[in-house]
Amino acid sequence: MPFQGVDFYNVESLLSGEERAVRDTVRRWVDEEVMPIISEHYLKGEFPLQLVPQMAELGMFGANLPEEYGCAGLNNVAYGLIMQELERGDSGLRSFASVQGALVMYPIYAYGTEEQRKEWLPKLASGEVIGCFGLTEPDYGSNPAGLITTAREDGDRWVLNGAKMWITNGSTAHVAVIWAKTGGLDDPDSIRGFLVPTDAKGLSAKDQVGKLSLRASDTSELVLEDVRIPKDHLLPCGEGLKCAMMCLTQARYGIAWGAVGAAMACYDEAVSFAKNRVMFDRPVGGFQIQQVRLAQMLTEITKAQLLCLQLGRLKDSGKVTHQQVSLAKRNNVDMACECAREARRLLGASGILGEYQAMRHLANLESVYTYEGTHDIHSLILGEAITGLSAFAG
Amino acid sequence: MKIAVCIKRVPDSEARIKIGSDGKEIDGSGVKFVLNPYDEYAVEEALKLKGAAGAGEVVAVSLGTDAAQETIRTALAMGADRGILLKADNAGVDPLPAARVLAAELGEGGYDLILLGKLAIDDYSQAVGTMVAELLNLPCVSAITHLDITDGKGKAEREIEGGVEVVEFELPAVLTAEKGLNEPRYPALRGIMLAKKKPLEVKDVTLDPGGLEVLKLALPAERKAGRIVGEGPEAVPALLDALRNEAKVL
Repeated sequence: MPFQGVDFYNVESLLSGEERAVRDTVRRWVDEEVMPIISEHYLKGEFPLQLVPQMAELGMFGANLPEEYGCAGLNNVAYGLIMQELERGDSGLRSFASVQGALVMYPIYAYGTEEQRKEWLPKLASGEVIGCFGLTEPDYGSNPAGLITTAREDGDRWVLNGAKMWITNGSTAHVAVIWAKTGGLDDPDSIRGFLVPTDAKGLSAKDQVGKLSLRASDTSELVLEDVRIPKDHLLPCGEGLKCAMMCLTQARYGIAWGAVGAAMACYDEAVSFAKNRVMFDRPVGGFQIQQVRLAQMLTEITKAQLLCLQLGRLKDSGKVTHQQVSLAKRNNVDMACECAREARRLLGASGILGEYQAMRHLANLESVYTYEGTHDIHSLILGEAITGLSAFAG
Repeated sequence: MKIAVCIKRVPDSEARIKIGSDGKEIDGSGVKFVLNPYDEYAVEEALKLKGAAGAGEVVAVSLGTDAAQETIRTALAMGADRGILLKADNAGVDPLPAARVLAAELGEGGYDLILLGKLAIDDYSQAVGTMVAELLNLPCVSAITHLDITDGKGKAEREIEGGVEVVEFELPAVLTAEKGLNEPRYPALRGIMLAKKKPLEVKDVTLDPGGLEVLKLALPAERKAGRIVGEGPEAVPALLDALRNEAKVL
């Protein structure tokens, strides 16, 4: 049965006709193309790469970037709805689109030269080129300012050395946005972004194996050993780490929406199960304990929907702050984790099976809780916004 | 080639239908409306023909309330060039007045081909397409599953009991689409934004009173609860007996 969405507060009425049409198109695509195959891909530990051309043709990559670069030119609410619907399918799918759009296409659009935009954006939008984003390192996750990958000038080349970890799309990508220090290791202001073709000599990617979460997603380690790239592969953004962090704000915005999609999927499944599963001669949905679970899920989903929509309207009017994005990412992913857990429990033994969605979402969301700024880091960002005192300053 | 596609806004087949307080219409509040699935095949076929010809125009025409503009935008997002809404506050269920209004519009348009879904999933009357053809005095092939157009002539296939019927016809003609004619495309997200900028003309129309009246709508009777006739192999005779004599399916 096609997914009908969850909308207890008639949030639908706050969307424009185009926004609804975008959402319905992606929703239908997920029903028809993703739901029949996702469980199998998850169990096998494979990203469904065959879906990429369709995603590109529909316009899901960098959908909020302008049409002149081959993108869909949607507003940020429509973009968020795409993320919501993709993650209703699987967090791995949404992660792919987030990386491609928010972490690779966005920095090229926002910081790149016109030549870089024209060279890369149409190919990334069409899925001909897949990108990845290399900021995190084995020893520098929540503290990216400390990263130790370096870029040094050598004649007409930049020479990059270092290692990146937890890189979504790392083994699949044709181009990596690598963040490295051009100055001393104690100088985060010298961090710059570089467009590194993954077939460059000295760059190797290795799948990270043994994941129990985001199994339908490619997560890799990248090693750069004397990788030489032309000078014009530097992204001309002079603000150091801040440029990388602004990309993360874009991605976190999409995650805030995506988490609502995962939660909706779990709630929808839980409601259907509760109405149909009979125990003690009546549907389990008739028992108070399951009704409390469902009521709590619906309440949290509804709050998160409204949070996202206002966040999107703020972003579209150019007034959003990164702290507001942090609040939404923090709240919505946490709420989605809780919904997935409660849905899995409501489903009883069935809830541990791959033919149901709840446990797949539950496992995925543990990664989403941790990546793009952990839940705790977002707490500290909010803490600083509230008190004016930075917890990171030591 | 200039092609008109007639489309209708209908309740989603997954929508939970409630009957309105007058007992004669459905309660549309909270119901999701979509482009009639059979009309999607018609839109897709028109777009394929235009694509293959490399030129031409596809016009989406709908009879309905203002809300049908959204449905026309869906067809525009799929790729139709422009839309015409024949605006009536109550299009009713009588196919003949609807066909008359459509024929009056389509007859003026100089279309080489007029495509419709074979039926609308809301009223299932399966009549409007053939009525439009009759009113325009054009050849009509209904419920087609395959279409070729070459040199101003068409060849369509229809599935009939136990076989396939192949029909040749001259253009202009009216065709109604059956499931299987094609695989409708998703409207590209960029297409959705472009659709906003495509022309959509709204024309007020008045429908004849017509000769049909809905007296009453009723939901199908609730399914009766199942019955367990027994357990294990010893229940088989009782089950067979129930299937033969009660359900009469064996």
